[in-house]
Amino acid sequence: MARYVAGRLAGLVVLLLLVCVFTYLIFFKLSPDPALMICGKTCTPDRVAQIRASLGLDKPFLTQLGDYLSGLVVGRDYGSGPNLVRCPAPCLGYSFQSSQSVTQMIVDRLPVSATVAVGAAVLWLIIGIAAGLLSAVKEGSWWDRTAMGLALGGASIPNYVLALTLQYVLVVKLQILPFPSAVPFSEDPLLWFQSYLMPWLVLATGYACLYARLTRANVIDTLAQNFMRTARSKGLSPALTMRRHALRPALTPIVTIFGMDFAALLGGALITETVFGLNGIGKMAADSIAKNDQPVIMAVTLLAAFFVMAGNVVVDLLYTGLDPRVRVS
Amino acid sequence: MSELLVVEDLTVTFPTSRGPVDVVKDVSFAVGRNETVGIVGESGSGKSMTSLAVMGLLPPGATTRGSIRLDGAELLGRPDREMRRVRGEQASMIFQDPLSSLNPYYTVGLQIEEMYRAHRRCSRKEARAVVVEALTQVGIPEPERRAGYYPHQFSGGQRQRVMIAMALVCSPALLIADEPTTALDVTVQAQILGLLAGLQRETGTGMVFVTHDLAVISSIATRVLVMCRGEQVEYGDAEQVFAAPRHDYTRMLLESIPRIDDEVVL
Repeated sequence: MARYVAGRLAGLVVLLLLVCVFTYLIFFKLSPDPALMICGKTCTPDRVAQIRASLGLDKPFLTQLGDYLSGLVVGRDYGSGPNLVRCPAPCLGYSFQSSQSVTQMIVDRLPVSATVAVGAAVLWLIIGIAAGLLSAVKEGSWWDRTAMGLALGGASIPNYVLALTLQYVLVVKLQILPFPSAVPFSEDPLLWFQSYLMPWLVLATGYACLYARLTRANVIDTLAQNFMRTARSKGLSPALTMRRHALRPALTPIVTIFGMDFAALLGGALITETVFGLNGIGKMAADSIAKNDQPVIMAVTLLAAFFVMAGNVVVDLLYTGLDPRVRVS
Repeated sequence: MSELLVVEDLTVTFPTSRGPVDVVKDVSFAVGRNETVGIVGESGSGKSMTSLAVMGLLPPGATTRGSIRLDGAELLGRPDREMRRVRGEQASMIFQDPLSSLNPYYTVGLQIEEMYRAHRRCSRKEARAVVVEALTQVGIPEPERRAGYYPHQFSGGQRQRVMIAMALVCSPALLIADEPTTALDVTVQAQILGLLAGLQRETGTGMVFVTHDLAVISSIATRVLVMCRGEQVEYGDAEQVFAAPRHDYTRMLLESIPRIDDEVVL
């Protein structure tokens, strides 16, 4: 087991390294020269060269990449002499736009994205699985057809449409909710909850619809299994038959999909965060792309890749505990 | 011989888009205590539906007519609540494919234990002891340890042994075996048949043995019911039926058994 985990973690590091190289290649080699952008309108060639030197852009590509990677692991120094700036590990560089430490930006914004992801996940798991279960048990009923019809529709609504509609109806027209604001939970729990409610609902809708359909399909499939007939032939109560024999086989595959979906969300909900003005990783990604803020783009890409890969490893490890047929040897 | 199970004029009807279809039509047979009755027929002949009807496990929508009496008590028309007490306690069933018939997520020990505890008031510890005893009875080596194994950790023959141990854990009066050896290879098949016959001698359980394999039936059944397209074409003493089949269908089934002296065309 320990060897398996070590192997998976090593694989994760190698993959991250590859992502790093490719992202670096794309953003630093194929994008417009950031020095020109920083320099602005009143620019001289000398000034550009100076900026390029201070950013390390005058060095060969491999040296730049090496500096970036070693910055991640041990930290790095920018500039020289009196202008020397020490960027401690894990150093992701400084934003071209705000000159802030990218690492610090992530530390500040990650809790927002995590809050969005956790709240939405709780909602969509409860609603999606409950609706799917009910549909499966009452297959073909009025409830089943209505719920599955709604689920198909709900899964098809783009997040920005839902987000803008919700905001217009709940905040502007009905004035049930205040305008979302970035208030911490400790300051005003009610306003905090109200601010996050819409992002949660928007994100949860699409996932809940998918999970409802998935749960329904899995449960129906499980109910038709031979071992369900065995369970009934043993004289077990319907409740025990359902709870023990149907639910675990039916819901285990959902763990996999949930792990992946949740991990991807931790890397930022770009559209939802942008629409509701939440300062999370998603909005940071959107802003950095709009302004070609390369260190930030690089960081959010790496972060998202890390979450997806780590999610994968966690799900695989969980699975060995959930499905006895999957055991690490 | 007092009859344990009496089935009279059993008809099972399924609703279909082209109207109701009788998958079992006017079938009558009886099983005595300590007796094995074979039901033979091709797939689709209604033999499995007949055994599921006895267990009250027909798919939803199916309707039944006639009479099924176990120990003199009518089973047809009983609510599911009452049938639950019959299932496992008075009559239990083993199926064709033991791998898919056991839940892959739970140890075989738990799957046997939950059945015992559904019918007997006892602590988990007592149930565990019963499980180990049941596994010993069906010839599973190291039963204490193997009770903690999952179904996929057993061989095909051992899985069917586990199913048998489970079916017999509450000492039912009737055991219905629906093609219990079909999924197994020939040597294992013989071992399982031997095990069933031995357990039956010990416990006096009446057995319904459903199969399409006449050779198997002739070795263990005293009476045999031949079914074709849901209808009973022949019923009687096994030796008589095999020695002097009265119906063309039975003759055809008998002739379909390959013989070692048959000419083989390759």
